[in-house]
Amino acid sequence: MAIHEPERIWWNPLSKDERVWVGVALIWMLVSFIFMPVYHLVGSQNPPSTTYSVKADDFDKLVEGMVGKYKVGEENGFPVVHPDPSEPVFIRASMWQWYPILELEKGKTYKVHLSSIDIQHGFSLQPINMNLMALPGYDYVIKLTPTSTGEFHIVCNEYCGVGHHTMVGKMYVK
Amino acid sequence: MANTDFRTCSLSGLKIHRSSELLIRWNLIAAFATLAVGGLMGLLVLLTRWPSVHLLPVEHYYRFLTAHGLDALLAWIIFFEIALVHFTSAVLLGTRSYVTWLGWVAFALMLIGGALINTIVVLGRADVMFTSYVPLKADPLYYLGVILFAVGALIGFIHFFINIVLSKRDGGFKRSLPLGSFGLAAASIIGILTLAHGAAIFLPTLLWSMDVIPTIDPSAYRLVFWGLGHSSQQINVCAMVAVWYMTSAFVVGGKPVNEKLSRTAFVLYILFINLASEHHLLVDPVLSSWHKVVNTSYMMHLAVLASMIHAFAIPASMEVALRKQGYTRGLFEWLKKAPWGNPAFSGVIISIVLFGFLGGITGVIFGTEQFAIIRHNTFAITGHFHGTVVAGTTIAFMAFTYLLIPFIFKRELIWKGFASIQPWLYGAGVATLSIGMMSAGSFGVPRRHYDITFSGAPFSFTFDPAIDMFMSMMGVGGVLAAAGGFLFILIAFGSIIFGKKMEQR
Repeated sequence: MAIHEPERIWWNPLSKDERVWVGVALIWMLVSFIFMPVYHLVGSQNPPSTTYSVKADDFDKLVEGMVGKYKVGEENGFPVVHPDPSEPVFIRASMWQWYPILELEKGKTYKVHLSSIDIQHGFSLQPINMNLMALPGYDYVIKLTPTSTGEFHIVCNEYCGVGHHTMVGKMYVK
Repeated sequence: MANTDFRTCSLSGLKIHRSSELLIRWNLIAAFATLAVGGLMGLLVLLTRWPSVHLLPVEHYYRFLTAHGLDALLAWIIFFEIALVHFTSAVLLGTRSYVTWLGWVAFALMLIGGALINTIVVLGRADVMFTSYVPLKADPLYYLGVILFAVGALIGFIHFFINIVLSKRDGGFKRSLPLGSFGLAAASIIGILTLAHGAAIFLPTLLWSMDVIPTIDPSAYRLVFWGLGHSSQQINVCAMVAVWYMTSAFVVGGKPVNEKLSRTAFVLYILFINLASEHHLLVDPVLSSWHKVVNTSYMMHLAVLASMIHAFAIPASMEVALRKQGYTRGLFEWLKKAPWGNPAFSGVIISIVLFGFLGGITGVIFGTEQFAIIRHNTFAITGHFHGTVVAGTTIAFMAFTYLLIPFIFKRELIWKGFASIQPWLYGAGVATLSIGMMSAGSFGVPRRHYDITFSGAPFSFTFDPAIDMFMSMMGVGGVLAAAGGFLFILIAFGSIIFGKKMEQR
């Protein structure tokens, strides 16, 4: 029993039922084990991994540079930016804003640089539900090709203080 | 160590020494108390997240959420596990708990650490959540509290090995540990490894909060923190599975069908589970994709295989035992005639089923690279771990409490009728809560979020209206679970204080 010392010899062969069960479970595990790396190669739903180290001040300058160059409007005090796909695009997370509002074109491929200038934030693009971390000190590069037009929102899903629930940003695809 | 310090439990036949009895009693009392506090915090947090109630103001929500995580996940479960350490390394072996003072040092450190954490959090000086991701900063006393608690727990797990070495010297066992003790040995090994990760990250963080160290890299923090944060959940898995086996033995006389198979499964946990902890970082910058794939997919499935083995072996041991008792008609007479009215038995069955189907499977799915990006930090994750540590571990520990109260406290349970429905009530509540959370999360609802209607935000966003139903499911399930949890606390403390004293030989 599980509460008593086992008999002297407990290294006994498995019965048929046990062999079948363990065999089926092992095959299932092996399939899962192989499938994730394989899907990384054939699938198109992989988190990006390109990262640069960046200081908050430098990232800020890059963001403001892009805003100065490509600003096309303003909404609730946030600049709306229509960047050139051939140039890097920036999204800055801070307590409690996603800055600026990007206006992207459907079918064009952008390199979106994501970083935080204070604490950790969670980039959650809704309603398509794509989630990535924005860490201070790191510039996370997302290769993004919008496939549908419309209005999207960026929700923060990593706790970042009392204003966390007001940290909502916007993105347009035209 | 006079012989009179041993007594023989009239129900289980266990030989119980006074030293173990006192340590187990006090660790259990602390566990129940922290569960009561953690559960109350959980109810308040739930009633805030339920959009139609939205109870607390924003500061209190995050404060109580931090406390809920620390009390319910850390304190309740680890206090109970230290009680299990002494139960399996002394009581099961029929020997005493050795170096008792060390057990009390561990208990005192955990108690002081836990009290310090709670005080600082409730005072509002550590609104940093369970994860305390840097550079979000808490009062240094918060980190000190976590360190004190962790050092206490570390000593508690080391105590397991002191006990079994000396027990073997005194003839407690000859060659192999009982399977229940073997499970706690696995838990203690993993416990020591993970608490070392805890020291590696919380000591520098304490120094950083005191301005001794200028910065802590947020990415490195996340890496080492999850070496503690997720690996420590495997302590819970091992302890929970050991409880499953032991309950099967105590209640229906179940014998592991094949000791080799069950023990190998525990070894698989020790060897491979740590490698899976990195799935928390799947959508983080810094680490390369292949690094992530290897450290999450890689050996995670060998640990899952271990759970699949237990999922077979434990019901099998129950079936064999019940068939031996004469319930042999048809395929399922044994199942029909099983002691469903005994909360220890029904609780363990509920724990096995819910852990497997709600917690385990979703964990394996969400932990893959392709799923992480659509589930990371959503409410689905909260649903997943309420399926593991609440529906799995907590229900298993509640079930085992119904055995430990007569064995260790020498008291009969009060309100036996209520006790027999408690696991069902709590299990149904947690299952509903967990499914509601996971469903809402699949629509993108974030976890740890005060207001998903985003009042006060510069832009308004409305989730798919389907989430209203799922958030209500969570609310109703959570209230049921809170009722079940409250009932458990009443029965546990009520039995300890007012339960009928049992005769001892």
